[in-house]
Amino acid sequence: MINLFQIVFVRVWQTALIALRALRRNKLRSCLTALGIIIGVASVVAMVAVGNGAQARITSEVSSLGQNLLMIFAGSRHTGGVNSGLGSASTMTIADAQAMAREIPDIAAVSPEDSATVQAIADGRNWSTTAYGESPDYLKIRDWKLTAGSMFTDHEVRSAAKVAVIGSKTANELFGPLNPVGQTVRLGTIPFVIIGQLESKGSGMGGQNQDDRFIIPYTTAMKRLTGDKYLRSINVEIVSADRMDSGEQQITSLLRQRHRLTADQSDDFNIFNQKEIADTVNSISKIITLLLGSIAGISLVVGGIGIMNIMLVSVTERTREIGIRIAVGAQPGDIRLQFLIEAVTLSLLGGLIGVLCGIGASKLVSVVANFHAVVSTGSILLAFGVSSAIGIFFGFYPATKAAALNPIDALRYE
Amino acid sequence: MNPPVKNQSVIQLRELVKTYKTGEVEVKAVRSVTLQIARGEFVAIMGASGSGKSTLMNTLGCLDQPTSGEYLLDGVAVAGLNRQQLARLRNQKLGFVFQGFNLLSRTTALENVELPMFYSHPLVPLRARRQRAVEALEKVGLGDRQQHLPSQLSGGQQQRIAIARALVNRPELVLADEPTGNLDTRTSIEIMELFQQLNDTGITIVMVTHELDIAAYCKRVVVMRDGQIVSDTQNEKRRTAAQELKRLDEAEQKAKLA
Repeated sequence: MINLFQIVFVRVWQTALIALRALRRNKLRSCLTALGIIIGVASVVAMVAVGNGAQARITSEVSSLGQNLLMIFAGSRHTGGVNSGLGSASTMTIADAQAMAREIPDIAAVSPEDSATVQAIADGRNWSTTAYGESPDYLKIRDWKLTAGSMFTDHEVRSAAKVAVIGSKTANELFGPLNPVGQTVRLGTIPFVIIGQLESKGSGMGGQNQDDRFIIPYTTAMKRLTGDKYLRSINVEIVSADRMDSGEQQITSLLRQRHRLTADQSDDFNIFNQKEIADTVNSISKIITLLLGSIAGISLVVGGIGIMNIMLVSVTERTREIGIRIAVGAQPGDIRLQFLIEAVTLSLLGGLIGVLCGIGASKLVSVVANFHAVVSTGSILLAFGVSSAIGIFFGFYPATKAAALNPIDALRYE
Repeated sequence: MNPPVKNQSVIQLRELVKTYKTGEVEVKAVRSVTLQIARGEFVAIMGASGSGKSTLMNTLGCLDQPTSGEYLLDGVAVAGLNRQQLARLRNQKLGFVFQGFNLLSRTTALENVELPMFYSHPLVPLRARRQRAVEALEKVGLGDRQQHLPSQLSGGQQQRIAIARALVNRPELVLADEPTGNLDTRTSIEIMELFQQLNDTGITIVMVTHELDIAAYCKRVVVMRDGQIVSDTQNEKRRTAAQELKRLDEAEQKAKLA
């Protein structure tokens, strides 16, 4: 037991002291060698932090849409060989939305949607925005809250009431700091009473501002603003994440049946699955992070080669010292350990400083680019692990070369 | 390794051959040397350059393996041992003194002397290490130079440190390769005085030299030529370094007075 302790600890420790002394003698050279690793590790940490930050941002944008959301858009129409664009098909009706809510148990809430770009006028100010016709469930589907007032009711939907809920950005443009609830706004030519204000959600996917909008009953939108007979889209919330795919399938078959599509006809609607999008976006941003990380990793390898280079020079310079040590009884393993520890010390020291620099760089990026770079413990541990592995890997050849020196030649070396 | 048998020869060579291959040419550096050196001897190995004395020395020092023949060091058969076993043997049984001193530069005298204990199995405890190094330095008369660097010491002092390093692990045999080659006459005699003192305490010394003056201080002289021993004689007219130094001092005094 004591013997083992001696071998493992005391020998390594006393060898480490020799190695450290050798590094201290060549301060400038040691620093420059470590610099290669510092740059490599710092860029790995910073790049992964930037990648993670981007991922976190995109993920939050996707999830700001709401939980377990399916959006069914009217599809393209095929008439006489002409394919019109998305949303051109006039097939999706309010009855479709009602049938979904009635017949598919996986659906938690449904909101038929119709929208129009309108010029809003209030209090002598005007502002171009979008009015979305929705059902009262829309707020639940989008996981959206009101900061003031209340949402319209099913009764107001049935009566196509001229009531509106206003987005925070729109409210600010039209009313400034005043409370918009209870005010009247004209959308186009029709006066609406504002009954609620939405909390701010920030920009959504694609950078479009989600806070610049009105939400009005979909019946009102169709009858009074657009004159549409058909819906642009239907928002659906599914009861749980694991039912998303089956919900999508059930909706597809229900709509195909209701639209009397034969097996050889393609869908006249498109389903946007929030989970799928989130998964895709996630995997893309993971790839980007990986890409950034591996580019940085290359510089880490270059740093490792720098260590190997210096260690080889060092072994040549100290041939005589090695010869003396071998002559007085150093085992090949002792010599190898000494040079390995030198290499690992260089790379670990570089790794430590590199992590600090990387954290600093990430903070700098956060401040300068107004972007939250997320430094992960994982990338720090990885950088440390990789840099010590690099020390061992690139130090191994020079150390083995030193250990294999012939003492007779080494002692004669000038 | 076999346990050493008491009262055996420290060195036992039987038909030792060492051949080098340089390219296609085979060089027979040592051809069939048979030699016994007993405990307490002080042997000079002489010969011109190329006589094979350095090769023989390297083989004796377990720095090199013989091509054929038998070498028993303190009863241990050296042929066939691997690098680790040779290193352990050098560490435990041998002390080296070189022509060029071969001290670690930028390392204090004390640490240079401690070096062999650094690689001992089992490890020498730190305090014992220091104590033994100080004792060895005192034995060579440099007890007051512990913290000096080699570059701050004269050639003679550096060689004394090297001798202290050779002694610190209490070896069976001290091997000296032209130990006075880089020193002036007076310092050389001083070093020989130290060797004679050490030999008087029972330490076996084998020394390679090409100077007759230096060989004259040894008890036995082996002469080599073309890889073979051509003569092996006891030194009847052995010089004593202490007396020699006294004579030198007197001669100097006279020169001053005159």
